[in-house]
Amino acid sequence: MVKFLPLKEAVAENLHDGDTVAFEGFTHLIPTAAAHEAIRQGFRDLTLIRMTPDLIYDQMIGMGMARKIVFSYVGNPGVGLLRRARDAIENGFPRSIEVEEHSHAGMANAYEAGAAGLPCAVFRGYRGAGLAAVNPNVKSVICPFTGEVLTAVPAIRPDVTFIHAQKADRKGNVLVEGIIGIQKEAVLAAKRAVVTVEEVVDNFDDLHPNLTVLPSWTIAAISVVPGGSHPSYTHGYYERDNAAYLEWDEIAADRDRFQAWIRKNVIESSADDFVGRVEHLRKAA
Amino acid sequence: MSAAKDMGFTPNEMMTIAASRALKSDDVCFVGIGAPSAACNVARLTHAPDITLIYESGTIGTAPDVLPLSIGDGELCETAVTTVAVPEMFRYWLQGGRISIGFLGAAQLDKFGNINTTVIGDYAHPKTRLPGGGGAPEIATSSRQVYITMAQSKRGMVEKIDFFTSFGHGEGGDHRKRLGIDTAGPTLLITDLAIWRPDPATKEFTVVSLHPGVTRAQVQETCGWVVKFAEALDETPAPTELELKTLRDLQARTKAAHQGTAKGKAA
Repeated sequence: MVKFLPLKEAVAENLHDGDTVAFEGFTHLIPTAAAHEAIRQGFRDLTLIRMTPDLIYDQMIGMGMARKIVFSYVGNPGVGLLRRARDAIENGFPRSIEVEEHSHAGMANAYEAGAAGLPCAVFRGYRGAGLAAVNPNVKSVICPFTGEVLTAVPAIRPDVTFIHAQKADRKGNVLVEGIIGIQKEAVLAAKRAVVTVEEVVDNFDDLHPNLTVLPSWTIAAISVVPGGSHPSYTHGYYERDNAAYLEWDEIAADRDRFQAWIRKNVIESSADDFVGRVEHLRKAA
Repeated sequence: MSAAKDMGFTPNEMMTIAASRALKSDDVCFVGIGAPSAACNVARLTHAPDITLIYESGTIGTAPDVLPLSIGDGELCETAVTTVAVPEMFRYWLQGGRISIGFLGAAQLDKFGNINTTVIGDYAHPKTRLPGGGGAPEIATSSRQVYITMAQSKRGMVEKIDFFTSFGHGEGGDHRKRLGIDTAGPTLLITDLAIWRPDPATKEFTVVSLHPGVTRAQVQETCGWVVKFAEALDETPAPTELELKTLRDLQARTKAAHQGTAKGKAA
């Protein structure tokens, strides 16, 4: 049964040292508040999976929480590089991390295979690409019907997936809309899923019948955290804080400035601070 | 290039506008972020109003008023015909053969249109870890054609790339065919100085048109391989007033929008 919990408890109950964890959100609905709670609770030796690691993995890697990252784009979208991730990969600071790199198509197919309960995904990918040579998890299979050589990658099966979403109803069903990215697959592929939402509404009675709704029984815990995806955005609630993404490039460029930022904005803050961070990003009604 | 500046437009503006002209209203274009995104939207706002622009966040037929900073800005979804999940994007729409043009930028490019956006140096011990491929490895092989746009530099246009993020024509000739890739691959390269097309046999990019005021020497000085020029070399038509105004208005709106959310300062 899904539980409505304060974020602190939802994270403590569902994430453990050494877990394989996905904090997903394809630019939209990134679960920043959940990631910051994980930083406050100081987990270690995590395998971090995410198509677009983005700021939150830059922060977790910079805090030395990751043993390994599995990803398909380790950049700050539209801005440039992820400087804490670079420091770890290039210099082993604050610790060296193992890297498993895919393409978006590879990751998307692997999540879908995880949700579908398959051991691997089969698709047409990585043709002529260097990743096939450096990632031993990119293999090939021969189509038994046509003889075509196709690519296979192992399914992604996280111990736990965190996502952000628009809203839950009182029963704990969750609505995701807008750029839905990989949210549904990442939840269904995981052993446990934790969802932060902007709000809880009485029911979903007047929703369009084909919207993406995750039934309550696919989710372990829901936490209400308004603004919880900032500086990412929540479609219908507030816009992406592009200026914060630009600013991150400067913060993450310096090890000391990064630590000071984390101390002020994560360690000495709480999930309740997110609502104030999106106030200026809400559209005038 | 001071020559171009004297003409009332910059080399980068010429690049974006020349790239926009390559797109048609009936194209279904998978848009890479950065320079391709500007070119695709200028095309949509000028001569190709019905073009279908697709970003890898799953937004199909999008028409943003400002250029998105990321491939998943909210406006892409708000203005799209439909928004699909990322697995559907890559499986049905890209792998399914629905994309006529994949439009990519590049950090490093070789003369056969192979692109590196992964690492500078050795993969296991990189000198610089770049963001990586994202959607590009499959955009490069599943789109029916690939257009590439980038500003020229000796660091960017190199004899040998450090990593094959996206496969172009490999070692040239029929290399794509030999790998069983049945799409055309890179058919057009637009830089800030020239328009290039692959030689039909060798597949080596060859300059077919110089932008106004640009010399052959300038193209060679900013390119890391020995440049081949077509026998009949064209001059790229200068930007029209409408093209320039459209691009500049778009960039002004974009700048205002991205800094508009700043609490303090933006870069």
